[in-house]
Amino acid sequence: MFKSFEPNKIFSITSRAPKYVLFLFIIVLLIGLMESLILSPEDYKQSDAVRIMYVHVPAAWIALGIFSGLALLSIGSFVFKNKNFGLIAKSLAPSGFVFNIIALVTGSIWGKPTWGTWWAWDARITSMLILALFYGMYLLAWRIFENKEQATKVTSLIAILGVINVPIIKFSVDWWNTLHQPTSINILSTNTAIHGSMLIPLGIMTAAFALFSLLIFLMKYNTELIKVKNKGLDRL
Amino acid sequence: MINEIISMNGYGAYVWSAFSFTLISFTALYFVTKLQLSKEKKIFASKFGSLNIEKARVARSQDINKEILSNISNI
Repeated sequence: MFKSFEPNKIFSITSRAPKYVLFLFIIVLLIGLMESLILSPEDYKQSDAVRIMYVHVPAAWIALGIFSGLALLSIGSFVFKNKNFGLIAKSLAPSGFVFNIIALVTGSIWGKPTWGTWWAWDARITSMLILALFYGMYLLAWRIFENKEQATKVTSLIAILGVINVPIIKFSVDWWNTLHQPTSINILSTNTAIHGSMLIPLGIMTAAFALFSLLIFLMKYNTELIKVKNKGLDRL
Repeated sequence: MINEIISMNGYGAYVWSAFSFTLISFTALYFVTKLQLSKEKKIFASKFGSLNIEKARVARSQDINKEILSNISNI
């Protein structure tokens, strides 16, 4: 079922793709920066502080998306006994972690002018911090366990346990009274609280961030494949 | 115009620091990942170079090894 998904077959694509993805990322990022810093309007309440949204929100979305992906791949590696799932998950994790940190730091910077504080132990912020801890544990486990089978099992367990936190993050603003604003965009309905003039830069920045995570994933995946091949050369 | 963009109605320090942190994080992650990839390619090249003719022939029979070798020139 996963034969066309084997590392040998996809390396020829993943080794060539990064330069094209990097080029596309730079173009989309430049357009996104122009839109979000210059062309988009200021908010009637938050004034120009609202521009922080264009880095904070895409970073949080991608951090959540990647962690959900890690959990799905971990379940896949248990069910289908496919080692490549573990390799893909391992390659996705670093960019997810960095996006999580970006979401926390930019959220903190945004908090100061809007809430008057850099940090609050609020449900959304705390659950995002917990996600960063899960990412940290996941990345550390790959470093600590030298036995690959053991590392795959431990990291999969961390990802599956950690994904319980994802819906908590999503619905934290509805379940508890929080400083954080409620959801403004619902992809399942057309009812969004953000004006089109702000949605466009948000969409472009999300595309740029997604391209960046794809770029890092491809480079990291190639690194992992070459590591495997280096061990193969030792065994010859 | 330039002053307006820099000051951002008094929120410039917050907006620019958020964007700067993001771009610095991107740059750092990109170069760390690139460095790790280059390091593994170099290890592969040195290991491949130390193989005898027979072992090198066996290694070269795998498509992925040929791909890696063709990529090494891009380090």
